[in-house]
Amino acid sequence: MQPLQSVSGRYGPYGGRYVAETLMPALDELTEAFEEARRDPAFQAELDSLLHQYAGRETPTYFASRLSKELGTRIWLKREDLCHTGAHKVNNTIGQILLAKRMNKTRIIAETGAGQHGVATATACALMGLPCEVFMGAEDVRRQAPNVQRMKLLGAKVHSITSGSATLKDAMNEALRDWVTNVRTTHYCVGSVAGPHPYPMIVGYFQAIIGCESRAQMLAQAGKLPDAVVACVGGGSNAMGIFAGFIKDEAVRLIGVEAAGDGIATGRHAAPLCAGAVGVLHGAKSYVLQTEDGQIVEAHSVSAGLDYPGVGPEHAWLRDTGRATYTAVTDDAALDAFQQLCRTEGIIPALETSHAFAYLPTLAKELGPDADILVCLSGRGDKDLETVIEELAERG
Amino acid sequence: MGRIAAAFENARNENRATLVIYLCAGDPDLDATVELAVAAAESGADVIELGVPFSDPTADGPAIQRAAERSLRGGTTLAKVLDTVRSIRRRTEVPILLFGYYNPILVYGEQKLVDDAADSGADGFLVVNLPPEESAGLREPAIARGLDFVPLVAPTSDPRRIKQAGEMATSFIYYVSMTGVTGSAASDLASAAQRASALQRELGRPLAIGFGVKTKADVATVSPQVEGVVVGSAVVQAIEAAPSTEAAVTAVRALVSDLAGGLSRR
Repeated sequence: MQPLQSVSGRYGPYGGRYVAETLMPALDELTEAFEEARRDPAFQAELDSLLHQYAGRETPTYFASRLSKELGTRIWLKREDLCHTGAHKVNNTIGQILLAKRMNKTRIIAETGAGQHGVATATACALMGLPCEVFMGAEDVRRQAPNVQRMKLLGAKVHSITSGSATLKDAMNEALRDWVTNVRTTHYCVGSVAGPHPYPMIVGYFQAIIGCESRAQMLAQAGKLPDAVVACVGGGSNAMGIFAGFIKDEAVRLIGVEAAGDGIATGRHAAPLCAGAVGVLHGAKSYVLQTEDGQIVEAHSVSAGLDYPGVGPEHAWLRDTGRATYTAVTDDAALDAFQQLCRTEGIIPALETSHAFAYLPTLAKELGPDADILVCLSGRGDKDLETVIEELAERG
Repeated sequence: MGRIAAAFENARNENRATLVIYLCAGDPDLDATVELAVAAAESGADVIELGVPFSDPTADGPAIQRAAERSLRGGTTLAKVLDTVRSIRRRTEVPILLFGYYNPILVYGEQKLVDDAADSGADGFLVVNLPPEESAGLREPAIARGLDFVPLVAPTSDPRRIKQAGEMATSFIYYVSMTGVTGSAASDLASAAQRASALQRELGRPLAIGFGVKTKADVATVSPQVEGVVVGSAVVQAIEAAPSTEAAVTAVRALVSDLAGGLSRR
C-alpha cells in the first residue's frame, strides 16, 4: 500500500487544489512553511509543550466497562473530550496558529459548524495574541448558541452566514471569500482534513497524535492492538487522526461513521462516502452530495459538526482502497447512543461523536465478546444539551 | 483564428480595447439570456462571458451569487446553457466564453463538454477554480477542438505562475485587478492597469482586466493600458434591478453602449 501522507496533495485521484489563482501562491507558501516547521525541532518543542501543558495531552484511553458489558464486547474510549475546549479540534488549531505566527500572518479566519473548531481557533488566537474572525452558518449559530458565546468571550468576531443552507458549507464559502480578499495578511485556519492541499495534509498531521497516543495506550493497557477503530466522519479530522496510528496495522479494521440524518433513503443525510458521488468542493476532489448536474446539495444531520456535503480526500481514498470502511447512522440512532453513554459511563458525548457510538451495537454483534474496539470520543456534549432536549421532546 | 482572438484583433485594428461583458446564464431565465446576449453584442460587447451558475461560487461577490441562485432556482443546467449558446449563435457571431466553476464540468464529463460546447458554437472556457496544475483534463481536449482556454493571473501570482499562464493562453489572459471577489470596490484600478500593461508586454499576449470595473469612467481609466476590459457585476445588477425582461434588455443596451463609449482610442 502506498504511503497515504501525501506530499503532492493527492490521495489516489483525490485531493488537489481547485481554487482561484489568487490563492495558489498562499497555498504554496503554507506548504513550504509547514514543511520547514515540521523539520524544525524548536517548532516541535513549542507544539509539544503547548499540547501538554495547555491543552492537557496526553488524553487517556479508558476501558468503558459498563458500556462493554451492555454491548457484550470490550470498548475502549480515546478521551479527546478531555482536551482543553472539549474536543480534538484544539490539536490542530494550536499547530496552525503557531504556523501562522511563523509566517508573520496578523489575522486569523476560520469556518465552524458545531462551533468546536471556532472555539478552538478563538482559544489558540487568544493564547497567542492574534485577532480571530469565525464564519458560522446562521442555522448553526442558533443551534450551537453556547459555543457562539464562548467564541465571543474569547475575543473572536463571529459572522453569521445566511446564504445557501446557512450551515457549515456556506460558512466555508464565506471564509474562502474573505481569504481571497485578505490573503496577504490572513491565515485561514481550516478545521478539518478537507480543503485544498496542503490542508488535508496539515490537519491530518496535527491530529495524528490521537492515533499515535492511543496505539501505545492500547498496547500498554490491553496488551494488544484493537480489532477495530471507530470514529465519526463529517469532514473527517478526528477519524483521520485516530486512523493514522493504525493504518499500517492491516489487521486493525478502520470504520468511519457518517450521519444518515433522517435515513439515507430519504435523501436527507450527510453521508457523501456512503451515498455521494465524486466531485470538487472547497478546493479538493472527493465524494460530495450533489445533483446529477453537479450542484452541491444541502446536507442534513442533527449534528451541526457533521452537517456538511463533502468529506476529506484521504477518506475517499481509504474508502476506494478498502483500507477503511464507512457506514452511516441516523439522527435517532445517534440520540439513543448519546443517552446510552451518559447513562452507562457518566460521559456526555458530542452529538457528532454519538454517531460513532451508534454503530457499536452492530459491530459488537459482529465481532463478539472477545474483541477490543477503540472508539474516538472526539468531543463532549455540553454544547448539544439544548438540541438534545428539543429533539427528545419532539420524539416524545 | 478563433472568434475570441479575432475579436481582440478587430478591436486592435480599431485602436481600442476589447469589451468583454459577463452575463449569468438563466438570470432571470434562459430565454432572456438569449435576448440579453444579442442586445449586449449589438450595443458594443466584443465578447460575451456566459456564466454557468454553480451552487457554491466562492470567487463571487453578492451580486453574482444572487444571480446564480435565481438561475438555479429556475432549473438551469449546463446542458441547458449549451442549448442557450446554440440559440444565441443563430442570431449573432459574438464570441462566447463559458465561465464557471469546475464541479458541473467534471460531472458533465470534460471531453463530452468540449465536444458539446464546440457543437453548440461556444468559443472557450474560463474556469475560476481550475488553476493550471489541475486543468489538463479540460484544457487539452478544448485546444484540440479549437476552443480557447483562458488562464488567470492575480495580483498574488509570482513570476513563475505568470509565465505559466502566458504559455498556456490561446487567446487572452484574464487579469484579476485585485485580491477579492467579483463586484468588490476597486482600490486602485489605474495602477492595476499599469501592472497589466507591463505583463502584456512581457508575455506578448493580450490581457483583459476584470474585478472592480463597473462604470464608463473605470473603462476609460483602464482601456488605454490593457487590451481587454471585463464588466460583470455591474451588468448583473442592472438586470437584477429591471422589473421585466424587456426592461432588462433596455438597461443592458444602455449600460453596454455607455461602457463601450469609455473604450478610449489608443
